[in-house]
Amino acid sequence: MKACVVVFPGSNCDRDVIHSLSTRVKANVSALWYEEHKLPQDTDLVVLPGGFSYGDYLRCGAMAATAPILNAIKGYAEGGGLVLGICNGFQILTEARLLPGALLANKNLKFICRQCAVRAERTDTPFTSNLQTGQVLKMPIAHHEGLYFLPPNDLKQILANKQVVFRYCNNDGTIDDKSNPNGSVDNIAGVINKGGNVLGLMPHPERASEKILGSEDGGLIWDSIASWLKKGGRC
Amino acid sequence: MLYHIKVLVFLKDGVLDTQGKAVLGSLHRMNYTDLKDIRIGKYLQLWVEASDEDTARNRVKAMCSDLLVNNLIEDYTIEVDELS
Repeated sequence: MKACVVVFPGSNCDRDVIHSLSTRVKANVSALWYEEHKLPQDTDLVVLPGGFSYGDYLRCGAMAATAPILNAIKGYAEGGGLVLGICNGFQILTEARLLPGALLANKNLKFICRQCAVRAERTDTPFTSNLQTGQVLKMPIAHHEGLYFLPPNDLKQILANKQVVFRYCNNDGTIDDKSNPNGSVDNIAGVINKGGNVLGLMPHPERASEKILGSEDGGLIWDSIASWLKKGGRC
Repeated sequence: MLYHIKVLVFLKDGVLDTQGKAVLGSLHRMNYTDLKDIRIGKYLQLWVEASDEDTARNRVKAMCSDLLVNNLIEDYTIEVDELS
């Protein structure tokens, strides 16, 4: 797998993603500066990492969404290329309108940094192909703006299109208000575009990809992408 | 001509304003119990060189739709002053 991780001013999870992708699935991973206009040839996966791009000024992810590399990423996504946005990367993808919705400040007004559980709602995506439907993954969240919001009609639409890939849940997979850490509508933790090749999620798989970190569940996402690519899957 | 343009950006009805909620809590604690609600927005000032007011206004509208405002969650108003 040939992956590239985009680095914006203020990104801070880029090295963790590079480390976990290269150790877990032996991916050939490079960092890509946000001022670049092109993606490296034969890129299999683009990751927008977590952090505080542009200091979270104006709105989280808003300015990164206008960075030069985003035009290349939009073209790549239109052609079916795999794009994964984690945390601030998810915020950037919504601001770039590659994904529906917006991320607002957490309902409890706090920055939340803790382990949480999410349930896989779909296993027919490149990012979840190795999972079982309903499988619970433990991954940490670390954000202040993680409340996923959509106007009611748009929400109906993404539910009808089955665009919700991950929901916050209890350890046994039950979805209720108590297991919703940030007030996201419908406990949504991750959504995918209609084409099924652009995924955004708030939890950090790269912080849960090896035993020493307390969970290896995030590694299952890397495994899924790797085996999907190996099978020559196309969106 | 230089135009001074004031843009007010505010969250749409129904969009949770956590900042407003926090400030409301503080003001209530300070005994301003007559305060029923407060919603916080942003005030942006822009200085634009343009041939006429409509052109200046349209340029700022384009900036709002391209970057300054996320129309999924925010609305805005524009006020224009001519400077020179």
